[in-house]
Amino acid sequence: MSRDRALRGAIAVVGAAESTELGKIPGKSALELHVDAALNALADAGLRPSDVDGVACAGELPVDVADYLGIVPEYLDGTNVGGSSYMLHVRHAMAAITAGLCETVLVTHGESGRSRVGMTPWAPAPQSFMAQLELPHGPVGAPSLFPIGVRRYMAEYGMTREQLATVPVVQRQWAALNPRARLRDPITVEDVLASPVIADPIHLMHCCLVTDGGGALVLTSAERAAQLDLPAPPVYVLGAGESSESTVVSGLESLTSSRAIRIGGERAFAQAGLTPAEVDHLMIYDAFAHVPLYGLEDLGFVGRGEAPAFVADGHTAPGGRLPLNTNGGGLAYTHTGMYGMFAIQESVRQVRGTAPAQVEGVDVSVCTGVGGMFMSSGTLVLGSAATL
Amino acid sequence: MSDISTDSRPVPLPTPDTQEWFDRIDAGELTVPRCRACAEFFLYPRSCCPRCGAREVDLVPAAGTGTVASFVVNQRAPAGFAPPYVLALVELAEGPLLMGHVVTDAPDALEVDAAVRVAFEQRGERRVVRFEPTGSVA
Repeated sequence: MSRDRALRGAIAVVGAAESTELGKIPGKSALELHVDAALNALADAGLRPSDVDGVACAGELPVDVADYLGIVPEYLDGTNVGGSSYMLHVRHAMAAITAGLCETVLVTHGESGRSRVGMTPWAPAPQSFMAQLELPHGPVGAPSLFPIGVRRYMAEYGMTREQLATVPVVQRQWAALNPRARLRDPITVEDVLASPVIADPIHLMHCCLVTDGGGALVLTSAERAAQLDLPAPPVYVLGAGESSESTVVSGLESLTSSRAIRIGGERAFAQAGLTPAEVDHLMIYDAFAHVPLYGLEDLGFVGRGEAPAFVADGHTAPGGRLPLNTNGGGLAYTHTGMYGMFAIQESVRQVRGTAPAQVEGVDVSVCTGVGGMFMSSGTLVLGSAATL
Repeated sequence: MSDISTDSRPVPLPTPDTQEWFDRIDAGELTVPRCRACAEFFLYPRSCCPRCGAREVDLVPAAGTGTVASFVVNQRAPAGFAPPYVLALVELAEGPLLMGHVVTDAPDALEVDAAVRVAFEQRGERRVVRFEPTGSVA
């Protein structure tokens, strides 16, 4: 048994909230979206900024988030590995809180992905390997690079275009149950395949939204959580894992599997002492339709090559045995740029029993984030008090 | 050949650890970095071996052949590029993957594992690697 097993359930999410609005928010800068979500999460925990002694965020500097809110931090985590950063912040906070480095950590996300208010323009640095080895070949950004392995997956495992198209179709079914989701109208496989081709085999409807929004978490020790007068029950961190691979897709070990998801998932499940069969609810970062398919296999929920049929057969849909991306996901709910925070938010809601598309009896929820084009990943296993 | 004054397509801006690899491409030669200690081939070019950590790295002339590991057909494109075109990851004969266009008039007929050979495209004062199908499937 690895030593991190001792930290199972040692910290809890005691506050969780998203920005007041989601979607198009031209009146707020990216930093304000961090702050708006932070104040909502602190209110959710019944706490104030002065109760926080640790700050973690990506995109903006934790220095700015702390200073804006008047927090005097004794712990700062500016880990930025893309959209999975928030899973890593939670894991690092677990280490910091249990080691006594700090007591209460605020994790924030905010991005003006659509309105681009107060955002540094996105451009790979000229010295990056992406700029040296990929940009001269004209990728149309992430829609070319992230799914570049999909054809190999289709060739090796026989996935059809229709099966790939069922991923956004099923997530739209979840989004239809969620009033805060941006895209709520039902779609069909035919609709997906009739949507414009961006980088064949990827159509527009295989791609995530581009929105403005934020989210924040308040974390503290399970011991302190028990002493607080919390409006909502604590959600315990049972396990966490992280890993990284390459910032260029030519540097990935495999084009049909993510090593970073595999390692992060293995560590998280091992720490939690649980197996995929014991998971009630699942979130897998879906910047593009193939990512949840890779995730289902790399986390061990299904065997190699089995994910497309598993989704097409309705097992991840409303009423299915493994509810997946129940907020509608990045494809239909919201996707600000670094979506991982929203996956965690939905996991917390499902364990609390407060999600708009609530699944019955969720005690264990797993959420997996991915950064870049499979360059990084983080997985959290979250649980109710019954799982301790 | 593209006009250097109007071609908005990016060219690599090498760092010291990638300079020689790109310089040799500009001279019309693709090389693959190989560790002198453990003989591992790797890409991207770097100044140590990602398998064993040795600092002695040789740039070995590539066989110039490979197979298409996977690809997308871009129907949208950044400034300066004219879609549709095949953006591929090619598995070189030496093992590592390398990105480049596969030049073909029939992108929809291209298949995973198709055999290709290395070619070069002049872009301003630099050359950029691309691939041409050899008509056989590996």
